[in-house]
Amino acid sequence: MSTSSSAPSRQILLDLFFSVLRIRRVQEALAARYDQWQMRCPIHLCIGQEAVASGVCKALTKKDVVFSNHRSHGHYLAKGGNLKKLIAELYGKETGCASGFGGSMHLIDRRAGFLGSTPIVAGTVPLAVGAAWALSMKKKDSIAAAFFGDGCFEEGAMHESLIFGALKKLPILFVCENNGYSVYTPLEERQPDRPIYKIAQAHGWEASSANGDDVLEVYIKTTRAVERLRSGGRPQFLEFSTHRWREHCGPNEDDQRAYRGKDELPLWKKHCPVAELQNQLTLKKILTPGLLASFENRIRREIEAAFRFAEQSAFPPRRLAERIYASS
Amino acid sequence: MPRAERRNLTFSEALREATEQCLSSDPRVVVLGEGVPDYKAVFGTTLGLREQFGSRRVLDMPLAENGMTGIAMGASLLGIKPVLVHQRIDFALLSMDQLINNAAKWHFLFGEKANVPFTIRALVGRGWGQGPQHSQSFHAMFAHVPGLKVVLPSNPYDAKGMLIAAVRDPNPVILLEHRWLYGFKSEVPRKMYEVPLDKARCARAGRHCTIAAFSLMTVEALRAAEALAEIGVEIEVIDLRCANPLDTAPVARSIRKTGYLVLADIASKTAGLLAEISSRMVESDFKALRKPPVRIALPDHPLPTTRGIADLCYPEAVDLAMACAKLLDIKSSRVLRRLRQRLLRPKPLDVPSFDFKGPF
Repeated sequence: MSTSSSAPSRQILLDLFFSVLRIRRVQEALAARYDQWQMRCPIHLCIGQEAVASGVCKALTKKDVVFSNHRSHGHYLAKGGNLKKLIAELYGKETGCASGFGGSMHLIDRRAGFLGSTPIVAGTVPLAVGAAWALSMKKKDSIAAAFFGDGCFEEGAMHESLIFGALKKLPILFVCENNGYSVYTPLEERQPDRPIYKIAQAHGWEASSANGDDVLEVYIKTTRAVERLRSGGRPQFLEFSTHRWREHCGPNEDDQRAYRGKDELPLWKKHCPVAELQNQLTLKKILTPGLLASFENRIRREIEAAFRFAEQSAFPPRRLAERIYASS
Repeated sequence: MPRAERRNLTFSEALREATEQCLSSDPRVVVLGEGVPDYKAVFGTTLGLREQFGSRRVLDMPLAENGMTGIAMGASLLGIKPVLVHQRIDFALLSMDQLINNAAKWHFLFGEKANVPFTIRALVGRGWGQGPQHSQSFHAMFAHVPGLKVVLPSNPYDAKGMLIAAVRDPNPVILLEHRWLYGFKSEVPRKMYEVPLDKARCARAGRHCTIAAFSLMTVEALRAAEALAEIGVEIEVIDLRCANPLDTAPVARSIRKTGYLVLADIASKTAGLLAEISSRMVESDFKALRKPPVRIALPDHPLPTTRGIADLCYPEAVDLAMACAKLLDIKSSRVLRRLRQRLLRPKPLDVPSFDFKGPF
């Protein structure tokens, strides 16, 4: 992993492409198998939003920690979360990343620095600030990051977190994935017309916005933000516009419900984060057909192994009350 | 070695000493809250700690209770041990999302892969015109949430031991402090010690009737027991201390001996913890009960500020004594009058005693 702000190396470009492709294929596999009724939990697919997860996490190190929200599969995978444990978690199995207790909306992989995702809007935002506070108290040079959506700006916890992050000048990166919708409600019905990142700016954060469907742009912006944090800069806020292709929750497309404009989805698909990077890298001859095929094969085998692992795993032991409290 | 000097501390001094010892014995401990480092120092409980441990470990905070609860919890996920102080429990209502959705569940919902060593102190209770938004007590509401530990010390010894146990506990613990207890003294050892967070305690042995009480009502129960002892009635007083996990075994043991149960709380009656205890006793020891349990608690309405009608709102020792007398069929009007005279406090009733100087 690199923190250089010069143009991404060939290896980084390929890593980024592999990451968006892998997240896409995992999501598609989840959607394809959802009707088998083995994943008995709500799933919030991030098809269309792979670039933010991949670009941001590539700019972080393993020691940096992240928190996420309900739509967290991409963040989890990009940060290095274990795929087998993800699928097992969706299956409710004891080998899952949360021992089968969390399901799709509560993912964790501490070894990868993925400290948790939850479905309450803005629920993990203060946790990330607290983790950054702990890192600064322990004088570590790691940073903490929070992924969240545009809806967070309607929650008090977001503004409270911005205040403390700036007050203590914490090593914290906020990543706002603005996909324009909270479930089926467009941003215009929920928030006044002003750029979200300017609110963070007003709280004293260094903030900007960028195209979140362009993984290179995400990676470069984040790399610079992380460099500033590591050299003692102000808290960093990045707003990325991005797009959720499928329904809010579930495996299907839902454009026929007409809650968004007819031209929106086709336009987003034209700027598909996976296809755009694939085309660029192919043109530059960095990605050859042979390499692409080997990526696809590797990912397919990994996904098949993960589903097999989940199927063959057992449900958690039938003990509950003793799990309520941690013992010292 | 010279024998350790015995000394008494007030409830607030005991809390301060516990906090100081936690800060000096464990570098992971931090203390934060609105007013923590100011000159009033949360009624003296954090006095001088900033000077001693620095502003990175003893700090004030933005008036952002929910966000700060999440921030403290987030720090705890990386091994920091925060102690967050609310000068009024009513402020903690703003933090219910982080407390209930995150802190209480984190260990369970992530399959025991993470835990939250997080202490929250909050002041509760009556007096000096605090009124409906400054004198509530929510141990029943918090106890309703699995995953939180909720304790209410009733004396300085327990206050110190429970705060130390809370800070050392790997789970979120809420310590509720009744403001009237702050001035009360008892013997408190200098050394660090723990009082368990899941055990009720027999505060006075007796054989005729049991009073089981939370927080300040334990003090009232002991007053009532003293007065009843003068007429030959021996009351057993159980200091419930813990709202979650709720330890009712000592209550059950006691009623098997006495056959009568009066329950006392500092919160409103309906849907409160006394109903839970009463129900457990009926389930487990129905035959031991010679009469139905009696609940003495606050009325089911918001609490007015005026001192003029405080007696309509806050039950005290006299009410507990009368409840015991009624259960025990003590009917002599001379005896009852004597009890009442012995226990009724002179008005105004908005302070525990005339030498009370706060906290308000």
